[in-house]
Amino acid sequence: MSQDRRESRSYMLNMGPAHPAMHGVVRLVLKLEGERVLQSEAEIGYLHRAFEKHAENDPWNNVIPWTDRLNYVSPLINNAGYCMAVEKLAKIAVPERAQYLRVASSEISRITDHLTCVGANAMELGSFTAFLYLIQAREELYRCIDALCGARVTTSYTRVGGVKGDMPADWPAMVRAAFEKVRSAVKDADGLLTKNRIFVDRTRGVGILSKETALAYGITGPMLRSTGVPYDVRRAEPYLVYDRLDFEVPVGMAGDNFDRYLVRLAEIDQSMRIVEQCFAQLPAGPIQAPDDAMPGSKMADLGKHGKTAELLDTAAAVDPVLEGGARCGRDSVMADAPASTLPPKEETYGSIEGLMRHFEIIMWGRGITPPAGEAYVAVEGGNGELGFHVVSDGKDRAWRVRVRPPCFFNMAGLHKMLEGGAVADVVATFGSINMIAGELDR
Amino acid sequence: MDLAPILSDIEALCGAPLSARGAGSDTVLTVPPAKARAAVEFLKAKHGFNVLVDLTCVDYQGFGKGTQNVSPAPEGRRFKLVYRLMALDAGTGLIKARLALDSWVDGESVPATIKDLFPAADWLEREVWDMFGVRFADRPDVKRILMYPEFTGHPLRKDYPIKKRQPLIGPADASARERLSPADLRPRIVE
Repeated sequence: MSQDRRESRSYMLNMGPAHPAMHGVVRLVLKLEGERVLQSEAEIGYLHRAFEKHAENDPWNNVIPWTDRLNYVSPLINNAGYCMAVEKLAKIAVPERAQYLRVASSEISRITDHLTCVGANAMELGSFTAFLYLIQAREELYRCIDALCGARVTTSYTRVGGVKGDMPADWPAMVRAAFEKVRSAVKDADGLLTKNRIFVDRTRGVGILSKETALAYGITGPMLRSTGVPYDVRRAEPYLVYDRLDFEVPVGMAGDNFDRYLVRLAEIDQSMRIVEQCFAQLPAGPIQAPDDAMPGSKMADLGKHGKTAELLDTAAAVDPVLEGGARCGRDSVMADAPASTLPPKEETYGSIEGLMRHFEIIMWGRGITPPAGEAYVAVEGGNGELGFHVVSDGKDRAWRVRVRPPCFFNMAGLHKMLEGGAVADVVATFGSINMIAGELDR
Repeated sequence: MDLAPILSDIEALCGAPLSARGAGSDTVLTVPPAKARAAVEFLKAKHGFNVLVDLTCVDYQGFGKGTQNVSPAPEGRRFKLVYRLMALDAGTGLIKARLALDSWVDGESVPATIKDLFPAADWLEREVWDMFGVRFADRPDVKRILMYPEFTGHPLRKDYPIKKRQPLIGPADASARERLSPADLRPRIVE
């Protein structure tokens, strides 16, 4: 190499958006000198779907399905966070059983989030086996989520005032069985990775984030905890029923990729503990629907002909789509707030008041109308403090819904972890921050 | 942490009585836009508000139209910036206090940046510019963050129609690409 070439050694490298390790949705512009990263800049926005604009233009309840698509590996936490913000605005008290179900489902979501992150991170460092073990365990949990709300990922489980429906009677047993598999998969992955020379060399001391940088960049969640700051919204400002549950907040020391990995593994354990406690503490559930429950379609027909005399006292057997709408599955998990929640199906079919209340919620231009004002609610998402700031002007749709996406802050601080490192470690570090573009770009 | 002395300190800083609402961690204080940066700086330096949780904007054009509510926007001020701060105890991980500052600005004003106080504000201010068109001072070359450079307008403004379509853009600088020889396409050495 000639003398003049050696003097001008730095060059730019584009990583992404079409790069397998960038998950297809983010672009890193790196300034390199040899293999050293001198400077890095992230370009985001490739998955912008105007969530916040849409949320202003549709009724409050219609926004819930979109929250699934924010952090799509832990959708149940988003569902709960959004509904809690609207409930705070509308001052609706949610029944205890629904709160426990929200906590249990959120924690299962947190486990799927961490399993995905640890698995993908391991895969990107060459350990495909660990990835398969963890994703298989995640599939078991997805099956549980499917049994709870009818979808694996696009859950839309919560409603303003409660949750869509009660859990199936055998759900705790199903979840416990899935946890057995998760524990064994995590043990396998732990055995494959934690003392694996290749994995440790690629992660320990790599992508170090200092406590001060993390705080300055507003980084929260496992990333902040890996630096040794035990900030967890569930502990610092317990919401739902977290104050009644016993769990630990695992922290790291070095703030490197390895600590982030360890913190996530430890959190999987704690989340399983929380879910098990939820099942133990769960207040009494719904009364089983009687065998002679009347099909909802028949009720609707009778109602249309004015034969409503006995409908109110008869139990409805509803279509799976409306599961949780009948009184037996609804009353213990849905707030009794006539202006904001749907009535039980028995009342919709059997009385004019119930039918009106149903349409008052469903009809375009009516819907729920929280009073004018604003509210901010923070929940502990898979990646940190997930905040919903909602503003209402008293109409049937939000004036503004601001999501405080934890990923956004993690990505803003990413360059601090990359600069000075090797270009090959970009993949390891980027994987360890668990960027979810759905939440980052909204 | 008791917020009352902090609030009176900020009132002294701004030299005028300020309106506060909410209680506890929901406390919101409205500060004049010229003093917003000073207030944030003061909170960070004197009261340990070490985390910028969020910085966002709300467009109040047409707020409350057709309802009984009176628009809360002061005359001629269309946008509300919300600075959301938190005093976090890094040792215990507990929150000492949360405080939000509201600051009303119009479309033309350029509030001072707080990027140097909280690096987190860098991207947040870019997002506010991108989505609302509120530009921060001392950042003349601020880039969009979620939208692409060719995008015109600010999509979260209330007068930006939700169904508006913008033309598709081709590859950036296509003509320049055609002029490149294969040698030019190799990783290039700059500087």
